[in-house]
Amino acid sequence: MIRRKNEIWQLSNELVTPKPAFLNRRQIMKAAGALGVTALAGCGQGSASARQMPTEGALAAQETNWQVSDDLTPYEAVTGYNNFYEFGLDKGDPARYASAMTTSPWNIEVSGLTDEPREYALQDLVDFDALEERVYRLRCVEAWSMVIPWVGVPLASIIERLRPSNDARYVQFETYLNRNEMRGTRLRVLDWPYVEGLRLDEARNELAFLAVGLYGEVLPKQNGAPIRLVVPWKYGYKSIKSIAKIRFTSEEPATSWNQSAPNEYGFYSNVNPNRAHPRWSQSSERIIGGGLLARRETEMFNGYEDQVASMYAGMDLIEQH
Amino acid sequence: MSTRADLLKRFGRDWLKPLSFWLLALPGLWLGWQWWALLTGAEHALGFNPIETTHRFLGDTALRILILSLAITPFRDLTRWTPVMKIRRRVGLAAFWYALLHLLAYMGLDLLVAAQGNVPGMFAGLWNDVVERIYITLGMFAVIGLVPLALTSFNSSIRALGAHLWQRLHLAVYPIAVLAVFHYGFMVKGHQLGPWVHGGVLGILLVYRIVHRLRKVQARNRSAA
Repeated sequence: MIRRKNEIWQLSNELVTPKPAFLNRRQIMKAAGALGVTALAGCGQGSASARQMPTEGALAAQETNWQVSDDLTPYEAVTGYNNFYEFGLDKGDPARYASAMTTSPWNIEVSGLTDEPREYALQDLVDFDALEERVYRLRCVEAWSMVIPWVGVPLASIIERLRPSNDARYVQFETYLNRNEMRGTRLRVLDWPYVEGLRLDEARNELAFLAVGLYGEVLPKQNGAPIRLVVPWKYGYKSIKSIAKIRFTSEEPATSWNQSAPNEYGFYSNVNPNRAHPRWSQSSERIIGGGLLARRETEMFNGYEDQVASMYAGMDLIEQH
Repeated sequence: MSTRADLLKRFGRDWLKPLSFWLLALPGLWLGWQWWALLTGAEHALGFNPIETTHRFLGDTALRILILSLAITPFRDLTRWTPVMKIRRRVGLAAFWYALLHLLAYMGLDLLVAAQGNVPGMFAGLWNDVVERIYITLGMFAVIGLVPLALTSFNSSIRALGAHLWQRLHLAVYPIAVLAVFHYGFMVKGHQLGPWVHGGVLGILLVYRIVHRLRKVQARNRSAA
């Protein structure tokens, strides 16, 4: 099931998501936009948005120079091996149970130190006609990694639209929480809802990304649909899934794993092969879907040192992990 | 004599040993089968991280069989079905084999690969882990603790040690099981139920044993008085 010749993920992007599918989708969207405004306005979809949000299928996206020289992780592994504890502890649980989560309509509540605290419909926040594709390596704190082609928008562009005030220094994200839809929340593995945060300069870094898709398609629910953070120089748990709230603060915001075990998971959580997790080494990682024994040496900042190291100049990265 | 008691007796005499052997071997056979499928490119149930799955499976199996071995005497006490005692040692021995496989898989599939096939490098990695990582320290002590018990699991060693000394030696299985539960508990992320459930069952068995022992001592004191 995971060993297969002629891997489909080795085909070019165009073949994975055929152009006609893109174009077709765009036309459908445009037609829907033209026809659907009045119809939609009356369906009480939570917001008076004129736009529609795609909930499945292909997403048109501009290719970028964000590439990783290694093979992409097979789609089946990216969507079948997940940590999304709200749906259970087993890596297969999110794929099994995340379908229960309601992702449409989707609103994001923006609060805290901003000139415009309010609730946004996802499609009003993210321009689905201006998506780009970025291939990033994702390094999990459990010492494994994947290479994933994300589709989305730079986080910086969204931060700009949300207009944090001058005294805002951090941004906190919160995952959607519905205990009826998320069977894993019956157990208090973590203090739900899941929260994560970044310093504002980190959030504005060119690498920080909000993904709404992967492999050219709408984000599967187990991967954090409909919108998730991707900060590839940090351990995977910083890349919070299914974002429902965004809060700007002046103080360092609470983050879930840090609250759960402060000595093991710091606020920054930058990938650092020189700082072992108290319980296991971080110097190398297993390559998921890369063959049985495939491993690689872990790189400082997960290989994104050039883009992010300057933000941490003068900081002791072992102490402030 | 009722036919039911007769059947139970015959089952205990003729079937219990071979049946328990195959049941105890079953997890290992299943794992071997899955690895065979994996290596030959067939469908398998080891998921996208087969090595991690293997570690978890062997660890879970070893711990559960170890706890099972501790439940046999209480089971005999409650049911008065003595033939079950014939399989107590082999259940304990099976726990040892799975624990040993668990350790070897860790050494071979993780440490040896991380050391790029260099065997001294693998042992250096193992030593490093044992010294630095508490859950590995505990797991290592648990496996090492099982070795003398496995080595004295023959009839001849009971005779050589004498039943009393042998029994006292094999009481070590209780602290070893406690170590194993803590090894599990310190390994997981967040607040997970698994270690608590295993620890809870072990706790019940421990309490049973202590109460049982106290009662015996009391009874002996009474008859001596």
